[in-house]
Amino acid sequence: MKKDQTLGEALRLKGISRRGFLKFCAATASMMALPPAMVPAIAEALEKARKPSVIWLSFQECTGCTESLTRSSTSTVEELIFDTISLDYHHTLQAASGTGAEDAREASMKENRGKYVLIVDGSIPISNPGYSTIAGISNEDMLMEAAEGAAAIVAIGSCAAFGGIPQARPNPTGAVSVSDLIKDKPIVNVPGCPPIPVVITGVLTHFLTFGLPELDHLGRPLAFYGNSIHDRCYRRPFYDKGLFAETFDDEGARKGWCLYKLGCKGPTTYNACATTKWNDGTSFPIEAGHPCLGCSEPDFWDAGSFYQALSTPTGDITRNTLYAAGAGVAAGAAIAAVNRKHRSSAEKRHEKVTIDDLEKESKS
Amino acid sequence: MTETEFLQWVRGPLFDIATIIMVAGIIVRILQILLLGRKRNLAEAKGSAAAAGLRTIITRSVPDRNTYRRSAFTLTTGYVFHIGLFVVIFLFAPHILVFQDLLNISWPALSTPVVDATSVITMLALIAVLIHRLIDPVKRFLSGFQDYLAWLVTFLPLITGYIAFHRLAPPAPTMIAIHILSVELLMVLFPFTKLAHAFTLFISRWYNGAISGYRGVRS
Ligand code: SF4
Repeated sequence: MKKDQTLGEALRLKGISRRGFLKFCAATASMMALPPAMVPAIAEALEKARKPSVIWLSFQECTGCTESLTRSSTSTVEELIFDTISLDYHHTLQAASGTGAEDAREASMKENRGKYVLIVDGSIPISNPGYSTIAGISNEDMLMEAAEGAAAIVAIGSCAAFGGIPQARPNPTGAVSVSDLIKDKPIVNVPGCPPIPVVITGVLTHFLTFGLPELDHLGRPLAFYGNSIHDRCYRRPFYDKGLFAETFDDEGARKGWCLYKLGCKGPTTYNACATTKWNDGTSFPIEAGHPCLGCSEPDFWDAGSFYQALSTPTGDITRNTLYAAGAGVAAGAAIAAVNRKHRSSAEKRHEKVTIDDLEKESKS
Repeated sequence: MTETEFLQWVRGPLFDIATIIMVAGIIVRILQILLLGRKRNLAEAKGSAAAAGLRTIITRSVPDRNTYRRSAFTLTTGYVFHIGLFVVIFLFAPHILVFQDLLNISWPALSTPVVDATSVITMLALIAVLIHRLIDPVKRFLSGFQDYLAWLVTFLPLITGYIAFHRLAPPAPTMIAIHILSVELLMVLFPFTKLAHAFTLFISRWYNGAISGYRGVRS
């Protein structure tokens, strides 16, 4: 695909029919929670969209986000998008390495200055840059340089979006998120550990068709992060009826009851897992019988045990109650002793009124 | 502080502090009352104090027809919101888990639509008693700051819980944290305000019955 081609031209060249293209647009619309009436608008916008240049920087990450994206096997949506964007730099996926790779990044940044989309996965260590460098350049320097010429930044995965696992206590590398460092560029956070592949491509599609998507207070696109897992969970009827799995192998677990008591973080987690699902729409963690870990929320790694129910206190409340009871008994006995003393001294001080006193008073 | 950190803080250290203040506070208050002591009654007992005390705890807890006729509104709304609070606090699954954590025992939960409806009825009853308190001249005259404070700290957990459950104000972690925070406020104030009637009521009813029983008269 030549650089000045539109997406429509590129798709036709690849032998994709109008019908196939519209089908893709319809899938995109439903994915982005747009009404079907928007399909022609998406088609038109995509048809005219110019092939965008994408620079993908990977910092302190596990490559899970890239794995998620590239393993989404048959889904045409992802394929189409990734065949039609120009992924100019991605050090895991690109063939070039060493200076060649870095030169490609520099060249693309110069050529597409102000227009390219910067995708970041992984967090950035700032306490000691030596924890993660690429070609001798610290992550922070590389990010700042690449961000300057970017039209928009997409922070893929919880590490880039919120700091993620590298930032978990005690955060040895001083890991921070992209938005901790960059304040003057539009940033779209696509958290998840990893994020759902179609959510990644959906955000890119949205960017190509209608520009930046509408974001929530944490910078996540509302189309995918607008609902909690709990509100879209197929086990919700069991939650509402009060039917819970108590352990991983009890009858409730076998019957597919709600996993709240096993620590499910669905009620506080916003993501599209329950509707989009994973592995080409096969299932999602709760469907596989495991409670939601809340991986698309900030600090999910430090949000208490994965297996402790969300409503319960994290401290040892039985022990606290016993200590408090002991202290209460001691304090209560002490206060009662003071009160009794007070009462008996008041009784002692109490002077009885005698007839004499009354007479004295009436006399005076 | 991020949303998650806020929730963790409220579920962790803050809940610990609230539990300690509430439990120690209740015990201090009860001991203060019981250990103050009474002078020995030298008169000969004409009946059982204990039996009458226990009986009065029960009889004073069921509505009396004459009192009902006089203050039907106060009694009805009072029962409604007290029973409502019981249902909402003790029969909602996520709440039961908190008690299970403490006592290691569990009991079945009601379905969420039932608890949800009960919480709405409870809030309406609480609003009704507040309005009545404000417009009834006698009640208003008798009410002080503490009465309104007790109302507020009872109402806050209900309304924040309702908002959190229905996600009327996102984000969810913050709403749940605010709900728990409001409960902690209630826990801390519970032993030291008129809310303490939840446990002192049994002492006073027992005592009222017991003095009459000792004298061999009906309470
Ligand atoms: S399994 Fe989790 S997300 Fe699903 S209904 Fe139960 S608590 Fe909610």
